[in-house]
Amino acid sequence: MSTGTERTDTVTQGPELDLPASPDLLPKAKGTLPKGTAWGVFVASALVVGGILAATGFSIGLWVVLTVVLFAVATYVLSRVVEGARKATDRLVTVVVSAAFGVAMIPLVSVLWTVVSNGIARFDAQFFTYSMRGVVGEGGGAYHAILGTLIITGLAAAMSIPIGMLTAVYLVEYGKGRLAKAITFFVDVMTGIPSIVAGLFAYALFALIVGPGVRMGFAGAVALTVLMIPIVVRSTEEMLKIVPNELREASYALGVPKWKTILKIVIPTTAGGIATGITLAIARVIGETAPLLIAVGITTGVNLNPFDDRMATLPVFAYYSYVAPGIPREPFLDRAWTAALVLMVIVMLLNIIARIISRAFAPKTR
Amino acid sequence: MKTISRSRVAAVGALATGALFLAGCGAANEGGSSSGGAAESSVSGTISGAGASSQQAAMQAWIAGFTGANSGATVNYDPVGSGGGRTQFVQGGVAFAGSDAYLKDQQLADAKTRCGGNVIEVPNYVSPIAVVYNLQGVSNLNLSPAAVAGIFAGTITTWNDPAIAADNPGVALPATAITPVHRSDESGTTQNFTEYLKAAAPDAWSYDAKGEWPIQGGEAAQGTSGVIGAVQGGQGTIGYADASQAGQLGKANVKVGADYVGPTPEAAAKILEESERVAGQGDTSFAYKLNRTTDSAGTYPVVLVSYLLACPQYPDAAQADLTKAFLSYVISPEGQQAAAQAAGSAPLSDTLRSQITPVVDGIKAAG
Amino acid sequence: MTTTEVTPTPRTARPVTQLGDRVFAGSAKGAGILILVVLAGVAAFLLTEAFPALVAPASELPGEHNLAVYIWPLLFGTLLSALIALVIATPLAICVALFISHYAPRRIAQGLGYLVDLLAAVPSIVYGLWGVGVLAPASVGLMTWLNDYLGWIPLFAGPVSATGRTMLVAGLVLAVMILPIITAVAREVFLQAPRLHEEAALALGATRWEMIKMAVLPFGRSGLISGAMLGLGRALGETMAVAIVLSVSGVVTFNLVSSGNPSSIAANIALQFPEASGLGVNVLIASGLVLFLVTLAVNMLARYIVNRRSEFSGAN
Repeated sequence: MSTGTERTDTVTQGPELDLPASPDLLPKAKGTLPKGTAWGVFVASALVVGGILAATGFSIGLWVVLTVVLFAVATYVLSRVVEGARKATDRLVTVVVSAAFGVAMIPLVSVLWTVVSNGIARFDAQFFTYSMRGVVGEGGGAYHAILGTLIITGLAAAMSIPIGMLTAVYLVEYGKGRLAKAITFFVDVMTGIPSIVAGLFAYALFALIVGPGVRMGFAGAVALTVLMIPIVVRSTEEMLKIVPNELREASYALGVPKWKTILKIVIPTTAGGIATGITLAIARVIGETAPLLIAVGITTGVNLNPFDDRMATLPVFAYYSYVAPGIPREPFLDRAWTAALVLMVIVMLLNIIARIISRAFAPKTR
Repeated sequence: MKTISRSRVAAVGALATGALFLAGCGAANEGGSSSGGAAESSVSGTISGAGASSQQAAMQAWIAGFTGANSGATVNYDPVGSGGGRTQFVQGGVAFAGSDAYLKDQQLADAKTRCGGNVIEVPNYVSPIAVVYNLQGVSNLNLSPAAVAGIFAGTITTWNDPAIAADNPGVALPATAITPVHRSDESGTTQNFTEYLKAAAPDAWSYDAKGEWPIQGGEAAQGTSGVIGAVQGGQGTIGYADASQAGQLGKANVKVGADYVGPTPEAAAKILEESERVAGQGDTSFAYKLNRTTDSAGTYPVVLVSYLLACPQYPDAAQADLTKAFLSYVISPEGQQAAAQAAGSAPLSDTLRSQITPVVDGIKAAG
Repeated sequence: MTTTEVTPTPRTARPVTQLGDRVFAGSAKGAGILILVVLAGVAAFLLTEAFPALVAPASELPGEHNLAVYIWPLLFGTLLSALIALVIATPLAICVALFISHYAPRRIAQGLGYLVDLLAAVPSIVYGLWGVGVLAPASVGLMTWLNDYLGWIPLFAGPVSATGRTMLVAGLVLAVMILPIITAVAREVFLQAPRLHEEAALALGATRWEMIKMAVLPFGRSGLISGAMLGLGRALGETMAVAIVLSVSGVVTFNLVSSGNPSSIAANIALQFPEASGLGVNVLIASGLVLFLVTLAVNMLARYIVNRRSEFSGAN
């Protein structure tokens, strides 16, 4: 191993040190590095770091980190010498951006892997067709919770998407003056409502209307709406702002009324962005646990009426399965993980649908 | 080409969602009468309860057993916590509540107002709190109350401390540092544990008995699952949690009198016989002041006793019948056995059952 | 498909305010006002419920402390954890978004964007379970290393927690949680950067980085800040993940690697609410009010920054 270290050392250091010294290489500096250089440097860095670590004490994490650092430095130096400062910076940024991407992917993939590997055990037909009524210990499913989550989130989306989008349109297209400023400000305030407070608010509201101790799916939907509206407004607003004014002006010039311009030009232009924003908003609230704990509660059977009594939802189902398992613990924890996995699959499907919708509306530009 | 594949994806998605709904609105295990035939279902309707999460696992077993025999009945239980359960019960939001502590002062008065007279308060869930630890090479650990208190108060910091060694002659204790883990949420478990420390080791434990851990600093984790996880995750860790959830972790034997007693359900059940009923709660209340300092052999004093709160009278006849039937099942031998299996609790003694059964049987519609 | 083709009926006049226009504008305005009403409701709820705690004498409050003494450690913990999360997540998110929008090959980019969107959907309780089960044990080594070599910085003073459930890990979990949110917004904004500007920059001989620096980043600044604020909002208000991951015990400290940490406001509400009754509930809601005000302040600051640099917005 130690001999290998020395050999690779000289290989990488050689060209860097020799380049400026050898005059016949200088003309090439105006050109570009040959195509495979990046890979070569990368492999060399890996070997060098690997060799040094093999001598001092090996750890995979350290090896990867140091390899990337050395690779970045070597690439920058090499490119600076051969291609000049601007190209070198460009290459350095490319390495940094890619490395950052890699770093970011590690936890994300790890989360996905944790959920999938733990959740797959109970990802079976019974889970999708059974409720927990009469189930002790093993078996059972989350059919009731899946329906509950779809109903409550559906209601929340049905309330907050129109309100949120219309508000965003108002802010961007119509709003001048005090009211628009106030709305902008208070939408910001709204993003600051902690989810558990939204649940308490919804509960207090319905306790006032229906009576104390009320639990119903709709109350949960209201809590989620409070959380969802500001996200819809903000993301939609941001997307509408990006639509170039030229488009609007062109439309007006053709005599199209403003509302048609907004509906047929402005919104379709940025439909993809809006759809992403809305999917994000749904994704944000569909996994909310705290407000549903308070406003909706939990039940073991199927309840399809959001205006009467407790409903089960996937996050709450998962939470209670984790927090208060019986003995043995495993079937409870398995159900919790599978519920989380199902939640993610639901959002994935929503995401696909959102993308299809936005494709259908988006103008064919590129 | 792309659009085709995309619409195919959409079709698959639509099919999947459709299939979910087409599966019918009832779950596969629901609907249809219980075909056993033996169980006649006399009650129907829906009642809800809320309260202690400690009872959750047992409650699931009770609800499953009860609704299995009475297919027309639905019982809900929200494990929102004892405080939340008591509040909802007092407000009239739920028919019954589970609570890790008996009613006191203002809440007792409010509850009496709600029920229009006395309040039913019966112990239904008795569970030992184990002192769980994770220490390599030590499979059997004995601790005196003072040692437990010293460890959790932070005055005993290593495993080979003389105070621990004195309880464990002949055991090779390592010099590992002790990491005590406590609950980060307010809980009945903490309340009962600190009550025990205060009563059994007043010299080593100078803090109050509280539901919220009274000492700043140290390792803390949420809920029983969290504490178990943290104790498992570290080395030289020690915590307190429901004994049934301890899994692979070591459970310390606690010194009672001259012996060391392990946290078994049988040993925990004995504590109620050693304790006195709290006076002044009313005839239908079976609240106990637990005798933590008992030296009776084979009694485990670190115990959580959880109560069922209900009213002797309900304005609605159906609600009264259903509540009565459900509570009767909970305290019945079958019900207690079901809980022991599903949650590792200690079944109520026959003596106690014979006392509280008339109270539950007395639940009736007002008027 | 019908919407893609715009066939306007030629008119000679400038766009007149039609009935449809009035209805549309009215409903847009109505939606905005509805939001104000809802928010007024929430604010009224918070104030009425928090009021008893604000006026109660210190002796009746939990711990017999002044309300400020009770909330301060929570506020500190909230800000510290959210700050760690934001500092870690924002640069990473920008890089990830840039990678997806401008570096990765088109076909891969779509899949990556999709993956990131998916991660925004992971319920917070899952991040909590992941943090406690995977990240915390895995980071004990890192924290020991930080303590060994950088222990002279108060942040890493130790003693290192044996279970890894520290403020640093809580911040990391929050960072992972908000990364997909910031990334998703940033990616959309980067993709919307005018193609003409980008091509013009490249045509003038700019390298890819120079093009991004000149044409993409300035264009997306407002969106980036907005996305970061969305992420910060989530980090500040995150309840379950922090409650599960963090070992909380009321200590105010900058020490990120030990097991004694301040709780966060939202996590504290989740932890204490189930057993709270009477004035305890009011105190918790009062702390919620404080969180509300903090988020408000943060958002106002962000708005201020965005508005100072709003010249890149298309519609102003």
